[in-house]
Amino acid sequence: MSVAFSEIYDHSVDTLVIGAGHAGLAASYCLTQRSIDHVVLERGEVANSWRHERWDSLKLFTPNWQAQLPGYGYSGNDPDGFMAVKDVIDFIDEYAVRNNAPIQTSTTVMAVSLTKTGYRVETNRGTWHCRSIVIASGACNSAVIPKFAESLPADIRQLSARDYRNPGQLKEGAVIVVGASATGLQLAEEIFRAGHAVTLATGEHVRLPRLYRGRDIQWWMHATGLLDEGLADIDDINRVRRLPSPQLVGSHRHDILDLNALTGLGIRLVGRWMAVNNDVAQFSGSLPNVCALADLKMNRLLNAIDQWVEETGRSDEFEPSHRFESTRIDELPCLGLNFEKENIQNVIWATGYRPDYSWLNVPVLDKKGWIKHQGGVADTPGMYVLGMPFLRCRKSSFIHGIEDDARFVTDHLDNYLKKEN
Amino acid sequence: MSEITNITNNGVNVEALLGAREALTETPAAAQFNFRANCTWVSGTHSSTSIEKFFGLGEEQSHRQVYTHDADHPQIFASEDNGISPPEYILVGLAGCLTAGIASVAQHRGIQLNSVTASVEANMDLQGILGIDSDVRNGFSNINVHFKIDADASEEDIAAIVAQSQKRSAVFDNVTNPTNVTVKVN
Repeated sequence: MSVAFSEIYDHSVDTLVIGAGHAGLAASYCLTQRSIDHVVLERGEVANSWRHERWDSLKLFTPNWQAQLPGYGYSGNDPDGFMAVKDVIDFIDEYAVRNNAPIQTSTTVMAVSLTKTGYRVETNRGTWHCRSIVIASGACNSAVIPKFAESLPADIRQLSARDYRNPGQLKEGAVIVVGASATGLQLAEEIFRAGHAVTLATGEHVRLPRLYRGRDIQWWMHATGLLDEGLADIDDINRVRRLPSPQLVGSHRHDILDLNALTGLGIRLVGRWMAVNNDVAQFSGSLPNVCALADLKMNRLLNAIDQWVEETGRSDEFEPSHRFESTRIDELPCLGLNFEKENIQNVIWATGYRPDYSWLNVPVLDKKGWIKHQGGVADTPGMYVLGMPFLRCRKSSFIHGIEDDARFVTDHLDNYLKKEN
Repeated sequence: MSEITNITNNGVNVEALLGAREALTETPAAAQFNFRANCTWVSGTHSSTSIEKFFGLGEEQSHRQVYTHDADHPQIFASEDNGISPPEYILVGLAGCLTAGIASVAQHRGIQLNSVTASVEANMDLQGILGIDSDVRNGFSNINVHFKIDADASEEDIAAIVAQSQKRSAVFDNVTNPTNVTVKVN
C-alpha cells in the first residue's frame, strides 16, 4: 500500500522505518499493534535485496518451519523443506499485503540527520521528519572485497556473491572462489558442476552438519536453546557478529555441504587468499589450523547436543551419537597459483558483506562502520536497528529471530515516544 | 608463585592482558608498536644482533637488558658455527610464540598446564639458496610443530588451546602469510 503524500511539503510521522524486508515489515507489524503512527520507506520494492541481490539457485538454509514473522508464518505442507528465493519473495510480499503495511516504495533515503525533535530524513521523493527511526536496511548492502583485488590481471572476471547469478556469467577457464561461508561453498559446488576447475580459498569458517542423529541441525539448535543464547552468554560479541555464515545448504536431500564434500568432488582447497604478487595468488599457510578450529568448534556443539540428549533422557528418540570425519587437507596445500599457468579466468568474492550507512549523518557508527547499539537500541535516542547478525541473540541472524527482536525494540520505542511526549 | 594452588596458575597474568585488550580497544594509537633489532657483521657468515628498545603504548620502551644473538652457519658449510643459522631463529620465534600463546590461552580458560614441550622440524632444499634450481624456494618448504602437553583438561580442550594459540600468534602469521619487506642501504 502506498501512502498519500506530496513531494512539495515536508512530511511528519512519529516513526519511520527504513527498509521493507522481513525486518522492516516485522517492525511495522509491531508498531501497528501498538498504534504507533509510522511509514516504511523502501528504496525499491518489498523484499528488494531478495529480488535483486541474490543468486538464482539460492535456497534458505533454515527449514520452512522456521519461516516465522510476528503474526505470520509458513503454512505450506513441507515444513522440513527450504524456500527458494522466489518463495522468500512471495512469503514477504504476502506479509506486507496482509498487514496493510504503510509502505512507500521507490523511495531512496539520501540523508538522515539529527534535529531538535528527532530525525530529518531526506529522500528522492521529499523530506520527512520523525521522532524515532527504525533502521532495517539490512546487513548485506555492500560486498566486502580485499584491496588486492585491484591488482588482479584486468582480463580476469571478478564477481562478488552479490552480483553473481549463475555460472553463465563466467568466462571459460578456472575459477577461484574466495571464502568458505555457506555462500562460498554453495557457489564453489555450483560452478564446479558447471564444468569449471575450482579452487576454494578458505579462511576461518563455521562447519555445521545439516543432519545430526537423524535431525536437522536447526532443530537441534532450537531444541537445545542454542538459538536463544543472548548477549550475556557471549564473550566477544563483535567477533560473533562478524562470523561467516555456517556451511549449510538447503536441499531436499538434506545434503551435508562441507569442505570434505567439495574436495571429494575435485575442488581444490587452499588457505585464505592473502596477496597478489607477480601474477601469483598467495594463500595463507594456516589452512590446517583454520580447519582444525572449525572441526573443534563443530565437535564442541555436537558434544553439547549429546549432553542435552543425555540430560533430558531422550536418547532413544534419536540415532546414536557419532562424529564426522575431520576436514581432509593435502599434506602440503598449495600456497600460490599463477593466474596464467592455471588458466584462472574468474574470481568470485564470497568474502562477506557490510551495511551501507553512507546516508546516515548521525555520529552513531563504530570505527568499522556499524551502528553502535545495545540489543537493537542505538546509541542515540530514538534510533533503533533491526535485522542484524546476533542483534540480541543467536537467532537474530535468521528470519525467525526477528519476532522477539521487533517486539523488544518497538516496546522500547513506544516507551521512548511516551516519555518524550 | 603461590604454594596453595587450587586455582589455575600458569604464571600468566591474564587480568593484565585482558586489561590491556580493553585499554587498547579504547585507544588504538597505543596499540601501535615498533620492534627493532640491530645487527653487526662480525666476520665470515657470523653476525651479532642485539635487541633492547622498542616503541609501544605511545612511548619508548625497553627490555630489562640488551639481548644479543649470534648467527652463523654450521661447520659443514665451512663456517665457524658461532651461533644458530638465521632460519633456525625462525624456529625459535615460532616455538616461543606458540608456547607463550598456549600458556596464556590455558590460563584464560582456567586450564592448569603441567608440562609443555614442542619439537619443531623444518625442511629446506638447499638447491634453492645455492641457485641450483630456480623452481626451489630459498626458505623452508614446510614447518612441522609437535606439541606434547600435559594439562588438567580433555584432549579436545588441549587441541583447542593449541589451535587458538596459532590463531593469535604473531610469528605464525608472519611465517604463514606474505609480508612486505623493504630493504634499503646507506
